[in-house]
Amino acid sequence: MKEFLEDLKNGIDRKEGAFTPIHLEPEEPKLNRGEILRYAGFPAAVLRARGKGKEDESYIEIPSDEELSKKLEDVIVLTKGQLTFRISYVCAKIDRDADGYPVLPFEQHSSDLKRNLENCKGVIIFAATIGAGIDRLIRRYERTSPATGILLQGIGAERVESMVDAFNELVKEEAKKAGLKAHPRFSPGYGDLPIQVQPHLLKLVDAERRLGITLNASLMMSPSKSVTAIIGIE
Amino acid sequence: MKILDYMRDNFVFLDGGMGTLLQEAGLKPGELPERWNVTRPEEIIRIQKAYFDAGTNVILANTFGANCLKFDDEELEKLIKAAFDNARKAKEESCGTQEKFIALDIGPLGRLLKPYGDFEFEDAVAAYAKTVKYGVKAGADLVFIETMNDSYDTKAALLAVKENCDLPVFVSNAYGSDGKLMTGASPASMVAMLEGMHADAIGANCSLGPEQLLGVMEEYLEYASVPVLIKPNAGLPRDEGGKTVYDVYPPEFSDCIKTLLEKGVRIVGGCCGTTPEYIKAVVEKAGTVKPVPVTDKNKSLVSSYTHAVEFGKSPILIGERINPTGKKRFQQALRENDIDYILNEGLKQADAGVQVLDVNVGLPEIDEPKMLEMVSKELQAVTDLPLQLDTSDPVAMERGLRCYNGKAMVNSVNGKEEVMEAVFPLVAKYGGFVVCLTLDEGGIPESAKDRVKIAEKIIKKAAEYGIAKKDLIFDPLAMTISADTTAALSTIQAVHDIRHGLGANTSLGVSNVSFGLPSRNIITSTFFALCLEQGLSAGIMNPYATEMMNVYYAFRALHNLDANCTDYITYAQSLPVLTQASSTASGQSGASKDESAPDKGDGNKGASPLQNAIIRGLKEQAGNITKELLKDTKPLDIVQQEVIPALDIVGKNFEEKKVYLPQLLMAAEASKEAFEEIKKEMAKSADGAGPKRCSFVIATVHGDIHDIGKNIVKLILENYGFDVHDLGKDVPEQVIVDEVVRIHAPIVGLSALMTTTVPAMEETIRLLREQAPWAKVTVGGAVMTQEYSDRIGADKYCRDAMETVRYAEEVEKSLGN
Repeated sequence: MKEFLEDLKNGIDRKEGAFTPIHLEPEEPKLNRGEILRYAGFPAAVLRARGKGKEDESYIEIPSDEELSKKLEDVIVLTKGQLTFRISYVCAKIDRDADGYPVLPFEQHSSDLKRNLENCKGVIIFAATIGAGIDRLIRRYERTSPATGILLQGIGAERVESMVDAFNELVKEEAKKAGLKAHPRFSPGYGDLPIQVQPHLLKLVDAERRLGITLNASLMMSPSKSVTAIIGIE
Repeated sequence: MKILDYMRDNFVFLDGGMGTLLQEAGLKPGELPERWNVTRPEEIIRIQKAYFDAGTNVILANTFGANCLKFDDEELEKLIKAAFDNARKAKEESCGTQEKFIALDIGPLGRLLKPYGDFEFEDAVAAYAKTVKYGVKAGADLVFIETMNDSYDTKAALLAVKENCDLPVFVSNAYGSDGKLMTGASPASMVAMLEGMHADAIGANCSLGPEQLLGVMEEYLEYASVPVLIKPNAGLPRDEGGKTVYDVYPPEFSDCIKTLLEKGVRIVGGCCGTTPEYIKAVVEKAGTVKPVPVTDKNKSLVSSYTHAVEFGKSPILIGERINPTGKKRFQQALRENDIDYILNEGLKQADAGVQVLDVNVGLPEIDEPKMLEMVSKELQAVTDLPLQLDTSDPVAMERGLRCYNGKAMVNSVNGKEEVMEAVFPLVAKYGGFVVCLTLDEGGIPESAKDRVKIAEKIIKKAAEYGIAKKDLIFDPLAMTISADTTAALSTIQAVHDIRHGLGANTSLGVSNVSFGLPSRNIITSTFFALCLEQGLSAGIMNPYATEMMNVYYAFRALHNLDANCTDYITYAQSLPVLTQASSTASGQSGASKDESAPDKGDGNKGASPLQNAIIRGLKEQAGNITKELLKDTKPLDIVQQEVIPALDIVGKNFEEKKVYLPQLLMAAEASKEAFEEIKKEMAKSADGAGPKRCSFVIATVHGDIHDIGKNIVKLILENYGFDVHDLGKDVPEQVIVDEVVRIHAPIVGLSALMTTTVPAMEETIRLLREQAPWAKVTVGGAVMTQEYSDRIGADKYCRDAMETVRYAEEVEKSLGN
């Protein structure tokens, strides 16, 4: 990534290996219990109001909150050793077409993406996943214990989002070091960037082979706790 | 020379990477490499010739992604034929003098199979079958299935090969850095399944370098009785000045491979990042190594989609509870298609410590083949324990074995010719570890000697089908001592003789021995101990019987099968806790504390202990208190006076936003636990489950594979006593309509999570209006809104489970009773 950002900064064109996917196995990010509960259906505003700004564990008001908090800890234990944090990304310089739309390695014509990538010279395109283990756990519990199932869903969503947030942060830092600026990530399905670009994006980062991500007929990713996105570099 | 003859005494060298070389030659990202067979044959021939020149024995034709999901039939046949023409050209042009073969290369379809994905197992088999047929036609010497990261997908591909040709077949899986396949399988579990289905060589390729795959290879070599192969990457890729480089170079790569050859690997090559240079280095270094003979490891294995269970070392516990015989509540669940009850029975046994689950769903009035297939699929979606398919119907057995992800236990055959002739061909095809009862046309012999004779006969017959003794486990049959006090002695003797005389595994349904006697567990567990001492490999038993578990853990500790007595200590420590918990709950001392607790906002002031347990979502407590209450309270009174009021409090709290979804679900699970106890009690009486409220058909619509939301609604509806018919997820429109018509259901609930499946919902509603005009339709799900709901013509949009309950109550009322 460093070399790419340097080249981008200095305007050096990289033809060879421009679309080589790079594999990353980041460390497990710190757990955010408030986020888990939010994904599981406990509104963030309530958690914050009860916890006076802090979301973790301070939301407890009534006995069933207490039981929920205990239950959450039990479910977190279930996921130990079941998650694998992996990212595959490519760096690419981007051009613009006659109408100012960014030209990416796959075709799209999204004005929201165009806006997100305003002033960007390059992009980092990535797919990230916490693996199939969480889906196995969800299958195991969702029918026989929906409460466990929904907390597992929450943990999965929080884990993959936290990993991706950390990756976005890393790109930001590296870009800053190179004197550039990284934009917030933009995923297929946001605004008018259609989900139909998903197969192309996944192929670009060799996601099936490297991360085990496949798509079903409705273009949903499996493992389900996976994210794809584009980070613009200005 | 044929490849199987050649590999008997020689190492086999495979080729190296193809994709990376094609990219260097100008293959664009996203371009399908198989098309180059026709558009750029010279490049393919050049690369493959270079591999032959480097000493490769087996070239994989450029057909990795050649399947009918990517190409239409006509192009597929053309591309596969061209792939073989190119490879043959390379073979002719090469100056290498070694034996040369061309393999049909089969990679994954790129679609994840059910239950994790949405692709049907049989569709995958059919897709692979096409590639196989064209490959055979094009002149393949063998088939090479590779880079498979899912065991079920691997089974589909291997089954397609076996059903469509007689060619030798090698199977190679892609392991992650955790030493498992992406969907969780360990090397030993793959060995069990693939050898059971008669793969000719097995191993690993891609994803990692040779050094990182060392652990995986060692496991293969420990378990596999067929040649082991490896085709690793040139280490891990990294970006260097904008170029992908792999961090292991030919000298180091070939050193690693040499070490593996010395350990016993017989077939080697390279995957991503490797080039003819790597293969050349490997061939040179291998020259100094003598092939290690491939030997029968004589392992008795069964497997699930994650792990293998080995018989013959530490005794194995097989849980017997998934069986309707003599269990009214279980029979009711089967008749009502209540799969959740059956799954729970499996999960509970898993928690109790069994290693294999027996699955028997035979009842005279149900379609057993269909039920066995469904239950084993559903069980495999929730538990990773291997299954023992228990049926006397060969049709049901085949359905179960075919869809099973792994190598199953087969229960059972016996010495009758007719039975062996029906079951052994299935085991030969799908693999399996077969329970063999020592009885035949003449019945059950009294003496141990005659039972051993039947065992010998079965071993001989199995061999005719290519089934080895290691894949048989003998049940010398426990008979009750209440009828004949010498019965146990004969069985114990037979266990001894089969284990030590025939060298085969044994298993027993131990509990029969005490039939007709009081305090049966005392006799059964002692008998179990005596049999274990004679070498019993497995017990089919009730894991909830503490006496049995005591024997099991103590036996393992006493026989040096439990390092540092760790398992025993863990078990022993769990005992007093369990007793304590149940006594607390049944004595209700814990609950009385709750009773006096001030109302902190749960709205449970003055609530009874059971109501408290439900409101707080304490599952186990709710079950235990209900059990106690049932001793002197009528089941329906508990429902009316305890459960329903508690649910109303929870429902109200949810609607008033005092509690949220996870808590609503915890409370619902707790009340379900109470209901389960109540149902058990009611199943004992003649009138079955008692009156129910009106029926409610619920389903996630066609194309949508997400059902957590639907399951939540179902659970809450059941809590409120509605007769919920859950059709599952991804349900075709007409299936929903048919069920509504069949039971004349007044309400239908449809769920959709994705915008793409809303049209399926609309179509379902249209058909319902036509064929079941009386039915009210409510819709919900992540993407649903009032606006959508109006547009597709639903009667009601319900935001959440409670709203659905309220609506169902409204509809029920309007039926006017």
